[in-house]
Amino acid sequence: MSKIIDGLYYSESHEYVKVEGDFGFIGITDYAQHELGNVVYVDMPEVDDEVTAGEEFGAVESVKAASDLMSPVSGTVVEVNEALEDEPGLINKDAFENWIIKVELSDKSELDNLMDAAAYKAMIGE
Amino acid sequence: MTEEIKVTCLHDRHVAQGALMSPFAGYDMPIQYVDITTEHNAVRNKVGVFDVSHMGEVEITGPDAAKFTNYIFTNDINTIKAGQILYGMMLYPDGGTVDDLLVYRVDDNDFFLVINAANIDKDVAWIMEQAKNFDVKVDHQSEQYGQIAVQGPEAEKTMGTVLGIDTTDLTFYTFKKMEYDGKTIIVSRTGYTGEDGFEVYADPAIICKMWDMLMKAGVQACGLGCRDTLRFEAGLPLYGDELTPEISPIAATFGMFVKLDKEGGFIGRDACAQQKAEGTPKKLVGLELEGKAIPRHGYEVLDGENVVGYITTGYHSISLDKSVAFALVDRAVGALGNTLNVRIRKKVFPATVVKKRFYTPNYKK
Repeated sequence: MSKIIDGLYYSESHEYVKVEGDFGFIGITDYAQHELGNVVYVDMPEVDDEVTAGEEFGAVESVKAASDLMSPVSGTVVEVNEALEDEPGLINKDAFENWIIKVELSDKSELDNLMDAAAYKAMIGE
Repeated sequence: MTEEIKVTCLHDRHVAQGALMSPFAGYDMPIQYVDITTEHNAVRNKVGVFDVSHMGEVEITGPDAAKFTNYIFTNDINTIKAGQILYGMMLYPDGGTVDDLLVYRVDDNDFFLVINAANIDKDVAWIMEQAKNFDVKVDHQSEQYGQIAVQGPEAEKTMGTVLGIDTTDLTFYTFKKMEYDGKTIIVSRTGYTGEDGFEVYADPAIICKMWDMLMKAGVQACGLGCRDTLRFEAGLPLYGDELTPEISPIAATFGMFVKLDKEGGFIGRDACAQQKAEGTPKKLVGLELEGKAIPRHGYEVLDGENVVGYITTGYHSISLDKSVAFALVDRAVGALGNTLNVRIRKKVFPATVVKKRFYTPNYKK
């Protein structure tokens, strides 16, 4: 049973957005980290890079495979989680605590296109 | 596609053990039981067991068996005696690779070939076609055998204490036939991991029994995920990645298994001789990347801005904690120590050409 947190926004490609004011913390869900297995590398953008809703902004990699990260929202990267550079396995320990990038949201109405916790839970069949 | 997926004799056990299953070479195979790193390290440091029942077996017997086997095989079976094994390739006339395989010399008129699962149908048809002008019998036996590989520094001990099979008389790349539960089995000191280890070919019921004994003894079950990371680190090729109908063993720099001067020649010999003399346009090299980004199969390799090749296999090596790869690149840029670039998504990472054997194998010679 995967952990799902109420109040976050979820994408069909298993990213979440946790909104605080004008900013969104983007990471992958607990379900996604479990499906992926041990994360050994996180390919992250740089601060000031632009991300676009529905487009790739990096990747999380297990030993076996790379899985693209798709941005659920558009905006400017204001921070990347540097702890993941040395310890990518933090995502396996707690995927919601260990967000990947912090974005200044350029269009908060995009959040309406994402799922709430109940809808995401239904989508992954739990 | 409605082609039915095949299963090995151990399939029910893998599912019951909760393995992550995935199609491979037409079989529903275990990729991992716990995780790739745990299974990889079990083989490097202790012992692990693999279901490799999907591998194919072909026995060639008859008055021309030696002559014929040598004619379709790049290595020279006249250099080994009964009870010994050779690794090599079967080639097309143009030098492209049909498959890589092991040849077990059972006796002077009896050779046991172990071929890749993905190539079974193609190989059997190829062997049958070449055999027309020889006095041999080609017997396809893949359905008769299950196969397990017990690999790691504790493999010899495990074979003895858990399975009751004394292997102390076997050196690397030798085998014996023996009776087990009233049936003949084949035990060889071979593997695909870069560690000491054994492969057992036997009736599926015996393979299932052995698997159960190994599980009860706490031996780590290992999936195809770590089979690939282990073989890769040890510099061993995988058919489909490093050897293909387009990649000859000369281009893949496995020329040591191609005996150009052996008596009677072999299919693909002249093409290989020419490639060796002139140099192939591309060659397989090892690459070591700076940083942790992981090169994957198919990623582009660049010299400056120019694409000069592609990655055939790459990982963040578990045993070395480095990102390394095999790549097929233009010969001109393949010298040891040369600096190239690998494109990983939007970024480009410097990579140095290094030797392909990233991990020094621990075989018992």
